[in-house]
Amino acid sequence: MNNDLIVTNRGLAQMLKGGVIMDVTNAEQALIAEKAGAVAVMALERVPADIRAAGGVARMCDPLKVKEIQAAVTIPVMAKCRIGHIMEARILEALKVDYIDESEVLTPADEENHVDKSQFKVPFVCGCRNLGEALRRIAEGASMIRTKGEAGTGNVVEAVRHMRKVQSEIRKVASMAEEELFTEAKNLQVPYTLLLEVRQLKRLPVVNFAAGGVATPADAALMMLLGADGVFVGSGIFKSTDPAVRAKAIVESVSHWDDPSILATVSEGIGEAMKGLDIHLIAETDRLASRGQ
Amino acid sequence: MLIGLLGFQGAIEEHEMILASLGADSIRVKKASELIALDGLLFPGGESTTMLKMLEFSNLLDPLQSVLSHGLPVMATCAGLILLAKKTTSPIQKSLGQLDITVKRNGYGPQYFSFCEEVSIESFEKTFRAVFIRAPIILSTGPSVQVMARDHHGHPVFVRSGRQFGLTFHPELTQDDRIHRFFLNQIKKNSRRELCQDIQNGIT
Repeated sequence: MNNDLIVTNRGLAQMLKGGVIMDVTNAEQALIAEKAGAVAVMALERVPADIRAAGGVARMCDPLKVKEIQAAVTIPVMAKCRIGHIMEARILEALKVDYIDESEVLTPADEENHVDKSQFKVPFVCGCRNLGEALRRIAEGASMIRTKGEAGTGNVVEAVRHMRKVQSEIRKVASMAEEELFTEAKNLQVPYTLLLEVRQLKRLPVVNFAAGGVATPADAALMMLLGADGVFVGSGIFKSTDPAVRAKAIVESVSHWDDPSILATVSEGIGEAMKGLDIHLIAETDRLASRGQ
Repeated sequence: MLIGLLGFQGAIEEHEMILASLGADSIRVKKASELIALDGLLFPGGESTTMLKMLEFSNLLDPLQSVLSHGLPVMATCAGLILLAKKTTSPIQKSLGQLDITVKRNGYGPQYFSFCEEVSIESFEKTFRAVFIRAPIILSTGPSVQVMARDHHGHPVFVRSGRQFGLTFHPELTQDDRIHRFFLNQIKKNSRRELCQDIQNGIT
């Protein structure tokens, strides 16, 4: 990747900061998201909760659906490809989506390798559970990072775990002596130069959003408090009883996350959140976050 | 000097860091009471539709219009410029209607067509590496508007009208602080102390 491409691709994620990116499955939902103030939408065949319920292999969505959503809104349109599925990524690039999410929510196509994202002109966002995963994805060319959380559960506990983990590992690296970074790079299985950059910046070199289980305005604000630059909401909006109202409330909560009185107002009477799942009742093998390390 | 950054969403921190490095203080503006005692405003890049919704949700459109009409200096980048413009197209979107230009939103196309290029800016000695991200295109400018730089197609990318400055690119994403420096100098030059009272009366 040349430097200009790094600047424009990471830069688009910087423009999304303080915003909410919403999963949508058709033009109608995309318009609801845009009207509520979403900074971008993620085009999907099914929201993660339905992927979980349906079982089977989850794949990139139908290009027709991507086009339908692109035609409906003016905000950026993202779409997901399977981990390691270079050709799904190429197809999404040909469709000129604004960001590709190489996502553990879909069934991985390659259990060893991720897509070499530096070979693409379109930027990628990838999930992580910790600093090691985040920096490996950035080394592969990701221009934006998000926590994995546990998608489709409506339970924020895993997103909290992952965000806290990343932030505490960054604090640890920031306080290390420079000569200790060589061993830390080996331990985390990441390039030394990226670790050096984290130490200097005291943050990831790219924008880091929260994702996976956000269901309420308070959930979204909590993720901002923990250091997220913005929030992805998947099933949380369109699996709730009043998506338009909830979407707007979550947008406002991300902008005003540090003002509890505004959070109280926007959380009022917004209908029921999605039902949600207890993480401990999900079998280890059914957890999406462990895909693609 | 105190600069108010429209603080809802977008690349806010990036501007804050440059302003701080130039010795200017900044605050994030999310409500009308935060518009008092500012020397200038800065509208960052982000998503214009989102920012517009937040301005509406927070009842900030009228107070902003008031301080801008009273001559508070402003610099607006990318999405911020769309908010400041008199007219927007593709599609038409509400705006503050201040800077007399017509802006085509997302003029160069999707992210795939985002780019960087050297632009020559009037009164700047050396060219500036301009970063265009899903940038708008300025289709036309009114008689009061001066074009300070153009892209390789000839579209204006940096314009001014009195105390209002608009850019379609992102000076906050480069290490080059000349545009911020220029804006702060313009504020100093047109010291607007005498305006303070008017502006505050405008809000209250």
